[in-house]
Amino acid sequence: MSGKTIAEKILAAHSLSKKEISPGDIINAKIDLIMSHIGTAKVALDFRKIKPSKMRKVFDPDKIVVLLDHYSPAPSEKWAAAHDIIRKFVKNHSINSFYDIREGVCHQVLPEKGHVRPGMLVVGGDSHTTTYGAFNAASCGIGNTDLFYAYVKGELWFRVPSTIKFNITSNLQHRVMSKDIIIKMAGDYTAEIATYKSIEFSGKTMEDLSIDSRMTMSNFALELGAKFAFGVPDQKVANWIKNRTSEPFELVKPDPDANYDKTYELDVSDLEPQVSCPHTVDNVKPITEVSGTKINQAFLGSCTNGRFEDLEVAAEILAKNEIHNDVRMIVTPASREIWLEAAKTGVAETLINAGAIITNPNCGACFGAHGGLLGPGEICISSANRNFKGRMGSEAAKIYLGSPATVAVSAIKGELTDPRDF
Amino acid sequence: MAIFGTKKEREYKEVIKGKAWVFPDNVDTDAISPGQYLDNLKATLDHTCETIIKEFPSQVSVGDIIVAGRNFGCGSSRETAPNILQEKGVAAIVAESFARIFYRSSFARALPVLEVENISKEFTTGDEIEINIPNAEITNLRTGKKLEGEKIHPILLNLLKNGGLENQLLSELKSQGKK
Repeated sequence: MSGKTIAEKILAAHSLSKKEISPGDIINAKIDLIMSHIGTAKVALDFRKIKPSKMRKVFDPDKIVVLLDHYSPAPSEKWAAAHDIIRKFVKNHSINSFYDIREGVCHQVLPEKGHVRPGMLVVGGDSHTTTYGAFNAASCGIGNTDLFYAYVKGELWFRVPSTIKFNITSNLQHRVMSKDIIIKMAGDYTAEIATYKSIEFSGKTMEDLSIDSRMTMSNFALELGAKFAFGVPDQKVANWIKNRTSEPFELVKPDPDANYDKTYELDVSDLEPQVSCPHTVDNVKPITEVSGTKINQAFLGSCTNGRFEDLEVAAEILAKNEIHNDVRMIVTPASREIWLEAAKTGVAETLINAGAIITNPNCGACFGAHGGLLGPGEICISSANRNFKGRMGSEAAKIYLGSPATVAVSAIKGELTDPRDF
Repeated sequence: MAIFGTKKEREYKEVIKGKAWVFPDNVDTDAISPGQYLDNLKATLDHTCETIIKEFPSQVSVGDIIVAGRNFGCGSSRETAPNILQEKGVAAIVAESFARIFYRSSFARALPVLEVENISKEFTTGDEIEINIPNAEITNLRTGKKLEGEKIHPILLNLLKNGGLENQLLSELKSQGKK
């Protein structure tokens, strides 16, 4: 019998069906943690359908985390009402891990607050729930009906995924970031290379990356279709988690003889900064092929690249420069903790001096809610994760996705620009 | 409200027939359920998929079937995407592949979805399509071409028969509550 991948090990440990599992099997599995944000309002309404009313109970309030990060602060009366439903629901059901609009974006706040640990099986009402793979958790997004079911039962069906491995080696060039690696992967292997599959990232480059940078990879892996996206299970990540929680955990490592669908070898020594061009994430070009394209907006934020490291690199670049007069640069830190760190370290001051606008931590413009939408014909360079037509406002706008360094440099020049010269 | 919810009864039929709408690869959830209309069912009904096929929202009728390329439903976890297609009367989606969350949400909502290789090349919008769901057999009634897709796992087929995960859960809780 061959060894097991990380996904196979974690799913087997949570299986309520058989314990010997293989890719393709469908099992019921016990869930360790549920995350939900704005979709919690729909769950609250669904709970009212449960009859008799004494059956309206969540399976375990201590295994649920709820946040208000979408439409925060509420941009309309309707969303204010939705937030109100959620606040009442978490109170009624004693869900104590509730983070109101002040705290920030789910995929940043959950790890920061120590909710995510290695070996956990996590589901979230958000596609980028794959982010927690960076912390060695099997973690994926689900829709609202599955969320409702999980809230009541604490379990769900899972198809055991096969796994693909990306072994990444060599040092990155100056100002080339993990975002460039994962965008390059989308371009080379398409937006569905990992559909219904688990990803394991490995190799020297991955080990060298900071936790912030690894989170970007596991986050954006969803745009390659991934169900789970595991970072390297090493001491660096273990130390990070130990600083956030006193709960015990053990790293889950793949067996040396685990079965992979395929292993991809990537040498990133010559990797140029990459951008996803309109209107799909896998329409990828190196920055040198699109440099000179005029931009109206530069967006630095989101669960993909709104972390301290991202703001810091932007501040380094913007320190002695001013943002171009024709560009509005919007910075949305991913969490209150990050905002505070940016304030304390002078990063925020540098950004504001250069002409950036810093918003409260939230999901904002990334998904076209508010806080920096685009008009017809406008062009945005964004550090977020999607460039679909209409994603940030007008269908006639264009979104390019790139690294925080590419966003900052392009904001100075007023056009897409290679950050390696800065 | 964020997520619309559907009032319609979802009756399971083994064999369904309808008019085909042919969609390209990589139809994303923002195209199906645009972010700026997430609080507005009427606007979503009026604009769903218009960036892909302009006349789709005004001309799709109850019982129509979507035939698509690869990676249908990629993007967000918003269940308003399968939801709005159901509201429009779409009876099933046959695609070369689906994005994972869209796929599982469709079963949760009892919207039949089938994976069939190379299907999008065999259809033109307007063709009559027949689907035998448990056998995963697709027929283009205009050309006579038959294709076989991947059979739906029995557990997921049961979800379709039971009218979706919510119905299944509500009836389970109702019978437990009587005890």
